[in-house]
Amino acid sequence: MSDFPFLSVLTVAPLVGALVVAFLPRRRPELAKQVALGWSLLVLALSVVMWVSFQVGGDRLQFRESYPWIPTWGVSFTFAADGIALVMLMLIAVLVPLVILASWHDAESSKRSVPVYFALLLVLECTMIGVFAAADVFLFYVFFEVMLVPMYFLIGSYGGHQRQYAAVKFFLYSLVGGLFMLAAVIGLWVVGGKTFDWQALTQVDISTGTERWLFLGFFLAFAIKAPFFPFHTWLPDAGGAAPAGAAALLVGVLDKVGTFGILRYCLPLFPEASKWFAPWALALGLIGIIYAALLAVGQSDLKRLVSYTSIAHFGFIGVGIFAFTTQAGTGAVLYMLNHGLATGLLFLVVGMLITRRGSALIKDFGGAGKLVPLLAGVLFFAGLASLALPGTAPFVSEFLVLIGTFTVNKPVAVIATLGIILAAAYVLWMVQRTTQGTLNPELATVEAMRRDLSLREKVVVAPLIALIVLLGFYPKPVTDVINPAVQATMQDVGKSDPAPEVGNVQEASR
Amino acid sequence: MTELKLPSIDYAALSPILIMLGVALLGVLVEAFVPRRHRHLTQLSLALVAVLGALVMVVFNADERLVTIGGAIAVDGPTLFLQGAILVLAAMALLLIGERSVERGGAFVAQAAVTAESADDRRQAEGSNGTTEVYPLTTFAIGGMLIFVAANDLLTMFIALEVFSLPLYLLCALARRRRLLSQEAAMKYFLLGAYASAFFLFGVALVYGFTAGMPNRTAGVDLATVHAAVKDSPASPVLLFAGMALLAIGLLFKAAAAPFHVWTPDVYQGAPTPVTAFMAACTKVAAFGALLRVFHVAFADAAWDFTPILGAVAVLTMLVGAVLAVTQTDIKRLLAYSSIANAGYLLVGVLAPTGEGVAGTMFYLAAYGFSVLAAFAVVTLVRDADGEATHLSRWAGLGRRSPFYAGVFTFILLAFAGIPLTSGFMSKFAVFGPALENGQAWLVVAGVLTSMVLAFPYLRVVVMMWLSEPGDATPTVTVPGGLTATALMIGVVATLVLGVLPAPLLDLATDAATFVR
Repeated sequence: MSDFPFLSVLTVAPLVGALVVAFLPRRRPELAKQVALGWSLLVLALSVVMWVSFQVGGDRLQFRESYPWIPTWGVSFTFAADGIALVMLMLIAVLVPLVILASWHDAESSKRSVPVYFALLLVLECTMIGVFAAADVFLFYVFFEVMLVPMYFLIGSYGGHQRQYAAVKFFLYSLVGGLFMLAAVIGLWVVGGKTFDWQALTQVDISTGTERWLFLGFFLAFAIKAPFFPFHTWLPDAGGAAPAGAAALLVGVLDKVGTFGILRYCLPLFPEASKWFAPWALALGLIGIIYAALLAVGQSDLKRLVSYTSIAHFGFIGVGIFAFTTQAGTGAVLYMLNHGLATGLLFLVVGMLITRRGSALIKDFGGAGKLVPLLAGVLFFAGLASLALPGTAPFVSEFLVLIGTFTVNKPVAVIATLGIILAAAYVLWMVQRTTQGTLNPELATVEAMRRDLSLREKVVVAPLIALIVLLGFYPKPVTDVINPAVQATMQDVGKSDPAPEVGNVQEASR
Repeated sequence: MTELKLPSIDYAALSPILIMLGVALLGVLVEAFVPRRHRHLTQLSLALVAVLGALVMVVFNADERLVTIGGAIAVDGPTLFLQGAILVLAAMALLLIGERSVERGGAFVAQAAVTAESADDRRQAEGSNGTTEVYPLTTFAIGGMLIFVAANDLLTMFIALEVFSLPLYLLCALARRRRLLSQEAAMKYFLLGAYASAFFLFGVALVYGFTAGMPNRTAGVDLATVHAAVKDSPASPVLLFAGMALLAIGLLFKAAAAPFHVWTPDVYQGAPTPVTAFMAACTKVAAFGALLRVFHVAFADAAWDFTPILGAVAVLTMLVGAVLAVTQTDIKRLLAYSSIANAGYLLVGVLAPTGEGVAGTMFYLAAYGFSVLAAFAVVTLVRDADGEATHLSRWAGLGRRSPFYAGVFTFILLAFAGIPLTSGFMSKFAVFGPALENGQAWLVVAGVLTSMVLAFPYLRVVVMMWLSEPGDATPTVTVPGGLTATALMIGVVATLVLGVLPAPLLDLATDAATFVR
């Protein structure tokens, strides 16, 4: 089964689906939604088959396919996935159908074409899959940039308040990073002997100065995309203005391209520079954890609050990557997955609340739990997952990151731990102000707030809750896939895990 | 008395040029002898047949590599590639020029001599058919461009420059609407153009002086002699540098590079839009073709001397184009500044002293030509009762009124912004790659930085069209006639195809990237 061209089919399939959906008659929005949902479920089914046929302990890059594209420049359509990419692909495949289902009525309120909304979601899925599946730097860059276009229109056409401003800011920020990366991509191509093949490029020796510049070009693009402090200011605007479904994909998947890019491109291609810049990257990560958490505490808008929590989480992922231990690296990748699930869930639930209330401001809620107990419960659960409560999946990853970092860099681990306390503050306070306490009398007058989770919404949240609990207790299937890939990446950087210290034990026995 | 030896002439190799100039003369006769009501059709078909015929001959000559008529014309890879590009783009421009269903009587004035805004003028604006002299003028211009990119000596190049410039000056003045603006544009273009030509000619004279006094060689302005002189002329290098600078000014003027760009926005805005499209696509190809030949053939060995200066010009051009594009409120002026910035990116390609640099520049020229023609084709369609609605505020909400054309225009703007899967991205890569390979990282960094700035005005138009609500003033898009629709579709499809599958054209450009001397 591993001969099947999984990755190219997975990349192309959503695009075909998008074309089908886009050309469905505008007067039949229901049909467009059903086709989009069905199509994304097909993609999910194929992804599951791919997951099953991935050989744990096999080659680092599997499902490799390569077709010539621009021979003059050494560009080819090369797809291949390692464990990290596989996990991200799976996350996309799971999230997109849920997002489609969750956005069932979102497009109708915007007066714009409903089929186009779902077509854009499928185009976005195509580019997201492509960016994780590419094993050719040029191809990666192409998907990295094209990804902006559907997201731009999703935010700009279907978003809420200040959508134009947010869409343009999102596009320009990402484009700035992308263009710096373009310069670095060309530079890499020149020093790499005119090839874009990822595997060939990892073998290239680059002079120290050049390597640092190229690293910076890539890192800047990824740091904006992720986003790390101080390049984060676009995310709260974009996340706040995007429709909830698109925001879930934006924060859940799109931003992971940044951290994935660092793992897949910065570290293996520029190992020396990665080590040289690691203290700076760690510092950015730490600042992000603390600063974004503090800002999150002070937010009055639900979607902006969730966006800021994500920036704090990306700080954790950054710390995990640049600690250069297998444990922390595995934790970071696992965090990418778990954050996608937990924050995706949080965004979707918050979206459900906002749709009912017609406002995203926290002060417009208050005591909502009395009206919609089930929805409030799910929000509470999503919040707990987001603050990494033991028993939920994010706990495993956060813990791995912290102990992996602690073995090599104690101060960083200690400061990062402060983030956990702040996370409790922003999540619990938000939950308290929206769903607990006395019922806001205005809230009770809103008819929609009396409707608890519908069947459709239950179907949306149930799989995510199940996955979060399951991976919280039994993350092994995922860590088994991630671990070899992370180990290989750490080998590329030339870092081995510190040997376990047994000194104290010996002292005690003497 | 020395015996006059006639140079040998390879008529087959020259046939594209001969066809264009011959048909242009024929077009003048048509004006004289064919009845008025048949002229439009006759002229348009004549011009199109000529362009296609010349294109066939270019393809037929594809493997020719020779210098003919006494070294005046070089037929080599770059010549043929660029001639092919000019002809294809010119055919599209002719389709736009020939369109008469979007505006009654076409985009051109019926009698240019009538005083603008007089009673007579208002009468002719009512819908009398536009003048048909535009076709021979365009054909002459195309012929001149074909010579310009093939000219192997500086004097021939100068003559070609005049042959294609003079018709363009006239064409600029022939707009049916806003005639004062159009005439002002023509006047500016003519005066500044004449200046630039004088600079060029003076440069030729200085270079001629520089080539004098070499052992075993007579002085001359053919590129081979100049090339030899750069190596071992005993004359003062001041002559060379001054001559080179003056030649560059003449050429950079046509290429719309800063600081010789000031005419561009006014002329692009004032000229009839089909003519603007023709200039933006074909003049650019011709000007950069000549720049490539002059700096890669004649002055190749002086690269150390001109690269820093031209590099500075390139950076300045990109900066001026990008920064000033941000402040524009008129779509034609915005596209003009975008065209200036693109001249900067093209210069980056010209400055890469390798075959890849030449190939990249040629690919860029062709790709940009298609996109810019399509862009102006859309501009001709967005109109209200007073003609084209070029003010940006009028484009608000166009995406709701006419999603198809707004979508097409968005796609072209994304191409200009260099988003992948459009030809714009591939072109940027094609010129930045060779530049970086030759250690010109500063040009690439400047290119990347200005691309960011330039993305903003494009994005603003996209926001205008899609994210703003249509107002009462939002015009509708006129359903285009067959001619405009064809040109538009060719441009858009080429932009997409060159973005997704650039390999064939890129290989063609790479194979064609060697000059003969």
